[in-house]
Amino acid sequence: MTLASRPAARVWAAALAGTLTLAVTACAPSDSSSGGGTPAPSSGKSATADSCSVDSLKLVTPGTLTVATDQPAYDPWFSNNDPTNGKGFESAVAYAVAKKLGFSKQQVKWVVEPFNKSYAPGSKDFDFDINQISITPARAKVVDFSTGYYRAAQAVIVMNNSKYAHVTTLAGLKGAHIGAQIGTTSLLAAQNDIKPSSQVAVFDDTNAAKQALLNGQVDAIVADLPTAFYITAAEIKGSKILGQFQTTSGHPEEFGMLFEKGNPLVGCVDKAIGALKRNGALHRIEKQWLSSDVHVPELS
Amino acid sequence: MAALSTVVVLTLLVLVTVSSPGWPRVKETFFSWPEAKASFPAIARGFLVNIKLFMIAEPLILVIGLLVALARGTRTAVMFPLRALAVVYVDLFRGVPTLLLVYLVGFGLPALQLRGIPVDTFKLGLIALTLSYGAYVAEVIRAGIESIHPDQRAAARSLGLSAGQTTRSVVLPQALRRVAPPLLNDFVSLQKDTALVAALGLTPAEALREANVYTAEHFNYTPLLVAAVFFIALTIPLARFTDWLGNRALARQHSAGPA
Repeated sequence: MTLASRPAARVWAAALAGTLTLAVTACAPSDSSSGGGTPAPSSGKSATADSCSVDSLKLVTPGTLTVATDQPAYDPWFSNNDPTNGKGFESAVAYAVAKKLGFSKQQVKWVVEPFNKSYAPGSKDFDFDINQISITPARAKVVDFSTGYYRAAQAVIVMNNSKYAHVTTLAGLKGAHIGAQIGTTSLLAAQNDIKPSSQVAVFDDTNAAKQALLNGQVDAIVADLPTAFYITAAEIKGSKILGQFQTTSGHPEEFGMLFEKGNPLVGCVDKAIGALKRNGALHRIEKQWLSSDVHVPELS
Repeated sequence: MAALSTVVVLTLLVLVTVSSPGWPRVKETFFSWPEAKASFPAIARGFLVNIKLFMIAEPLILVIGLLVALARGTRTAVMFPLRALAVVYVDLFRGVPTLLLVYLVGFGLPALQLRGIPVDTFKLGLIALTLSYGAYVAEVIRAGIESIHPDQRAAARSLGLSAGQTTRSVVLPQALRRVAPPLLNDFVSLQKDTALVAALGLTPAEALREANVYTAEHFNYTPLLVAAVFFIALTIPLARFTDWLGNRALARQHSAGPA
């Protein structure tokens, strides 16, 4: 294949080179808005009272705290798929943190951020993402996390008429076909703590996992305990929590808010969470929205 | 000149990409060699599931597509219900997004709790893909059948062949040869769409789901590219084969054209 004529080819090449050069110039300095230039401190130690006032915070939209979560926003973490109502554990926590930082309720704006996109490279369109995201060392290499605001136990859900309905140990679930949601601690817990003989079924979201349980396509699903409470009490008739367990693989799993790597806001949010822990507010929010786990048997 | 300009353009493109401020981050999240190596075995294992899915689905699809195309081609009044059924099937299943069909068949059918309906996600996914692609392939084959000039059918009938014999020995051989490239095109499309069955929590999981699991756990997208390489390794040779088939048909037609 040859190009039609030389002059034309030259013009074409020159035009292309010009476009490319333009592209380079246009694309070049995108550091100004994100923390790419100077490495910002990612832990809370250096945050001082002054740097955490609303005016001095580096926000996506100045004067507004932009908080992200996925869609749909599940109970009991949110309520009625509406993060803005302040109901549900994570909505309440987000507003409590916002208040500690000095934002009014009107100054908090919610945006939808799919979990899969939340850790994509580049600048974010949210200040932090709150979406039952477990803090793990592998993930912390790519994004920054706040300190944990909730420690989730894992729970196994079965149908009452299942042949696994009376199992009392994790080992008793070895032969079961187990399902869990992708990207969750529950999935890792199912794989590493139960170690079933057949591969764990991986679902896109809790809804799909629930449907598969109802259909008998899986024998059991693993979810964090508050989600399990909600599923068994309100969503799937004839299902029950078989028991709870703490995942032994790695560190105790905590949920943290997700930030763009190097976002200096982390320090201020950590301070707010710390204050909410000390004055008991976080505990009260947890009591209000997440059922207590005293009567759920431990699976050993 | 072509080679030179290609080299210049490619070099410029690479330079622009590599010198951009975000490149180290993009390289780490999309092109990480350690992550690619770590995720490779699971994705390779998963790809066997994709292969199994489309190898079983494709023959079923061709059979359904052919039957539906033939049903639509019937002319007699008695056959009207069959004809109508074929039209409704194609309209419905070609019009619905394949993922929706996967959900509907995969989660909806077992929820009916009828005897004899499989619960196994592999079989359900297979049914969904077959129903969806059967509709597409039916239309491709119908187009092939209709491209055969009516005179040929008339000639065959005048030689004493029955309607069935005419379809079987005169119309179909020519029609199918003519639509081989678009059929292969749909086959390539099917290979990629086997990934949709993952939505049912397919176990063992297919390649893209294995990649996604790794990605969500490590916040690194490299495994998705690894999965892409697997798919491409299969579809590119098939695409070249389709090109070759098309060119061969074209060459034959030209050589057989009017002098």
